Amino acid sequence: MVLNSNLLESHTPTSREELWRFTPLAKLRGLHDLEVSLSSRVSLGASVEQPGLSVEIVDASKAPSTSSTNDLVSMRVRELSSKVLIVDIAQNAEIATPIYLTRTVESLDPEVSRTVIHLGANSRATVVVENTGSITLAEEIVITLDSGANLNFVSLQEWESDAVHLGHHHAIIGRDATFTSTVITLGGSLVRLLPTVEYAGPGASAELSGIYFATSGQHLEHRIHVDHNLPHAKSRVNYKGALSGDKARTVWFGDVFIRANAEGTDTYEVNRNLLLSDGARADSVPNLEIETGEIVGAGHASTTGRFDDEQLFYLESRGIPANIARQLVIRGFFLEIVSKLGLPQIEERIMTRIEAELEKASS
Amino acid sequence: MSTLEIKNLQVAVSTDEGMKQILRGVDLTIKSGETHAIMGPNGSGKSTLAYSIAGHPKYTITGGSVLLDGVDVLEMRVDERAKAGLFLAMQYPVEVPGVSVSNFLRTAATAIRGEAPKVRTWVGEVKEAMASLNMDPAFAERNVNEGFSGGEKKRHEILQMELLKPKIAILDETDSGLDVDALRIVSEGVNRVKDSHNIGIMLITHYTRILRYIKPDFVHVFAAGRIVEEGGAELAEKLEEKGYAEYVTA
Repeated sequence: MVLNSNLLESHTPTSREELWRFTPLAKLRGLHDLEVSLSSRVSLGASVEQPGLSVEIVDASKAPSTSSTNDLVSMRVRELSSKVLIVDIAQNAEIATPIYLTRTVESLDPEVSRTVIHLGANSRATVVVENTGSITLAEEIVITLDSGANLNFVSLQEWESDAVHLGHHHAIIGRDATFTSTVITLGGSLVRLLPTVEYAGPGASAELSGIYFATSGQHLEHRIHVDHNLPHAKSRVNYKGALSGDKARTVWFGDVFIRANAEGTDTYEVNRNLLLSDGARADSVPNLEIETGEIVGAGHASTTGRFDDEQLFYLESRGIPANIARQLVIRGFFLEIVSKLGLPQIEERIMTRIEAELEKASS
Repeated sequence: MSTLEIKNLQVAVSTDEGMKQILRGVDLTIKSGETHAIMGPNGSGKSTLAYSIAGHPKYTITGGSVLLDGVDVLEMRVDERAKAGLFLAMQYPVEVPGVSVSNFLRTAATAIRGEAPKVRTWVGEVKEAMASLNMDPAFAERNVNEGFSGGEKKRHEILQMELLKPKIAILDETDSGLDVDALRIVSEGVNRVKDSHNIGIMLITHYTRILRYIKPDFVHVFAAGRIVEEGGAELAEKLEEKGYAEYVTA
């Protein structure tokens, strides 16, 4: 088994390559094409001011990248971004209110955006990236958690139906730090996100969750990569998706790599897909590569299927009509993850959008 | 006063080897307030009888009829049967992740009653019903049947029976997986709900144990897809002593 993210990309990818073979390259408007120039704009912004929080835009020359990357998107973003958004949370700071980073959109011309988020030792914060509107975007968000820091990171893709978004969220998690990431992808014509994790100290923990709902013509792709490069780190991955409508398409990869020195690793990943109609296609590929047996646990699960008839029968046998029973089951399917956001307003908004998508799909 | 009439019911399921006949002509009439125990060995078709009356899509009706107050049940969708007044307490209640018990109960009650129950009276109604089944109020916020113990699942079934107030309730192996204390609580719940709403009960069981708590008016012995002997409560005592051997070999 070859771990995908280890391949070096220094040329325009083609659909013959493992990393890109599922992605409809023609829809990318040149984001992947080294011949196409991308404009640089800091499209994320924060309006909050709180003690312990600093948000500033700096020249790229003053913000060198601290991690190496083999990802084409990251490489392009780093190369082409002239400015960088830096979100810094001071050590020991507890930012009680969520920090909303809101996307502004201008046009469909392809552009790059680079963001760096840093949490000082023992700090605590919630960061919500809100993506709405129409855009053609390649972005990188690098998140560093120092020792004992705790970040609840939420990435919302509520794009308009013509948006194209390639993104790489990379987290470097320090000793005893906790990174919780929830990726919610509902909008966009083509969204391809790479939530990746590496560890910088023992006792570090990553909980990566996500939901996606693809309707007719949408391509939603999530490629998770967790690099257990150190001993005694933990990871949990839980992504759930639903698909409805002709040519609705989702791709999910979960690569978990346990290196030879990573004894005491504790990892489990799961992906579940619910096919709500004919003509939709979900790919789900969990990969677990283990170089040491001295671990606490490692496992994975993947299911893709239609409604559970027994669940529907149970609900219908209590008088609940079939269409409402299906709504309850789908709502419940997503609520398992959405209810853990700790953000009631966002939860409500997401569930309302899911219900609207469902109605659109069934009409 | 309601009547469930099962006449010459024949049911098959599809298997890898083709259609397999399970019920071979079942005749049974249950009236409001009556308790009928259906007893028989494993594999005799007792659960098939329960699920085909409730309308599970796995079963194909090959003959006969089921009438509730003269109306053909077999023509109805699953939810329509529940609205007409049928209830099935399942042997293995199904987990529904992400759907809370309170949301589920309210949605079901709204469907059965034809309008959403008034919030104030509904909360009290649920609380009271849960308390009488010794259920912790926190239970309402858990997901339907998810991580429930055997006893909790069966109490949750009877809770639904109380709130949905059916005319006829079919209890499929409600005693299975229950310890003595849970069996007593669940049985008391069945008796209380039955008496207060004059429900007709079809009690499907393999063992006579539950009949110490829920007294049957009639006992029907089920074997090879049909009723082979009928009597009063004394028939259960005979089964307790002699088992099903004579019916299986017959």
